[in-house]
Amino acid sequence: MIDKALSGDVRAIARLISEVESETPRSEEIMRAMYPHTGRAHIIGVTGSPGSGKSSLVSKMIGTLRRQGKTVGVIAVDPSSPFSGGAILADRIRMQEHSGDPGVYIRSMGSRGSLGGLSKTTYEGALILDACGKDVVIIETVGVGQSEIDIVRIADTVCLVLVPGMGDDMQIMKAGIMEIADLFVINKADREGADKVAAEVRLMIKMFHTGDGWIQPVKMTSAATGAGLDELHDTIEGHLKHVRSSEEGAERLKKRLQWEVEEIVRRRIAKITESAWRERREERVIEKLLNKETDPYRVAQEVLDSAMGDFRSGQLL
Amino acid sequence: MSDRKIRVVVAKPGLDGHDRGAKVIARALRDAGMEVIYTGLRQTVDQIVDTAIQEDVDAIGISILSGAHHHYFKAIIEGLAARDASDVIVFGGGVIPESEIPDLVKMGAGAIFGPGTPTSTCVKWLEGAVAEKRKAE
Ligand code: B12
Ligand SMILES: Nc1nc2c(ncn2[C@@H]2O[C@H](COP(=O)(O)OP(=O)(O)OP(=O)(O)O)[C@@H](O)[C@H]2O)c(=O)[nH]1
Ligand SMILES: [Mg+2]
Repeated sequence: MIDKALSGDVRAIARLISEVESETPRSEEIMRAMYPHTGRAHIIGVTGSPGSGKSSLVSKMIGTLRRQGKTVGVIAVDPSSPFSGGAILADRIRMQEHSGDPGVYIRSMGSRGSLGGLSKTTYEGALILDACGKDVVIIETVGVGQSEIDIVRIADTVCLVLVPGMGDDMQIMKAGIMEIADLFVINKADREGADKVAAEVRLMIKMFHTGDGWIQPVKMTSAATGAGLDELHDTIEGHLKHVRSSEEGAERLKKRLQWEVEEIVRRRIAKITESAWRERREERVIEKLLNKETDPYRVAQEVLDSAMGDFRSGQLL
Repeated sequence: MSDRKIRVVVAKPGLDGHDRGAKVIARALRDAGMEVIYTGLRQTVDQIVDTAIQEDVDAIGISILSGAHHHYFKAIIEGLAARDASDVIVFGGGVIPESEIPDLVKMGAGAIFGPGTPTSTCVKWLEGAVAEKRKAE
């Protein structure tokens, strides 16, 4: 299956992503097999508030890339219901014009409880697409509010999509949303007010830009008419060149690798301690807590003690 | 500990614009914890099959109220077979005469649910069918 996927077989790629997304026992083996083949694709993140036109833009971006003969993989994340864990994944509706094109692979993911705008395994999905030969991988995040900024860790280029009529500019300035952008896209430029948003954002960039390095460009687009898409494409390419050739870019890559290792460690710890806790719970520990025969701190230490053996053996399940 | 969610495409093939049933079902499946890839109206058979393969779904749910069910069920089931994906469950609902259901089932449709079916019936059936399918894998 892994070899089939690496040679570009769509069904095999789709299966691998499912395995990794479901965190099956095979997922580490899969990712280790992918690893040597990764690092070639340009990973582009598209983020912005709900309904700002991310999916429509992605569809247009795919069109431009395909005209240049590049293959494209897309991972589109929509929110999972916190109540049922289920999700209605509808980003794909806007990208249906590329259905049937063998150079385009689109995959929808539910955020599955993650709060950073992606799901826990979105990055792995992107790496699989990279390893399996896609020239460009585009990740569409959940429509962001103010704290969903995981995309900045995994994308080479982050596009933040803004639209006219979004409310006042303090909203944009709050939290860390402005800071994660490598470039701003003012979409729905066919509508009234886009110029004003662009001017405000440009002013803000000018006021807060520190030192030298990359200055965030501001591009106006209309995913409805296709206006501005070629310029957007050139700007994104320009940013990739910058990332691949500058000190800043090298720093970013190092940070990503560091984060990757931390993330794997965190996940292993969580898995092992969760299963140790499950076992412990069966010993009527909750009743003991209720009767004040023990306290939560002591129980926590017992859980960690019993997990120690599993850490050493590298036990995963 | 792995958490393998049930993934389903809910599709409306052809020009049929009745999408209430499809939306109701999509929502019910989501509320049962499934991931529903909703592709919107006016899908071609190739689009539906392509989506199912790229999204690695367990099942395709088709909603048809236009009377063209025979054609679309047949084309989708054949389309999956041509892509070596006959393990994907095909089921559906809409305005489909009782008398024509056996025909669709013979073709390979898992189950058909007509107007007035409680959504919980559809959900239960699909959960059972997916469990069955995964056991066979
Ligand atoms: C509402 C309605 C409309 C609305 C649609 C609004 C919309 N956005 O959906 C409007 C007014 C636009 C409309 C238009 C037309 N309609 Co109309 N419409 C209906 C009506 C009254 C109800 C349909 C409905 O929404 N039901 C509510 C939903 C929740 O029920 P449901 O879709 O049946 O879904 C249930 C089950 O079938 C099942 N199910 C459905 N899909 C799926 C999928 C899966 C995966 C599963 C598991 C289950 C499942 O589960 C659901 C819950 O129980 C029906 C008559 C009827 N009683 O069915 C006619 C009906 C469907 N329409 C009909 C017709 C002819 C038309 C028009 C062609 C009329 C015209 N001449 O202009 C147009 C065509 C529009 C188009 N582009 O396709 C005919 C179809 C005849 C046929 N099949 O041979 C019907 C049957 C009326 C009739 N008796 O003549 N219509
Ligand atoms: N006028 C106009 N409408 C647009 C433009 N881009 C997108 N839209 C419309 O805006 C709505 C939302 O578009 P999507 O592409 O689904 O937006 P999104 O950001 O992906 O939405 P979520 O994924 O739900 O957060 C749709 O009705 C689009 O047709 C644009 O440039 N101009
Ligand atoms: Mg979207």
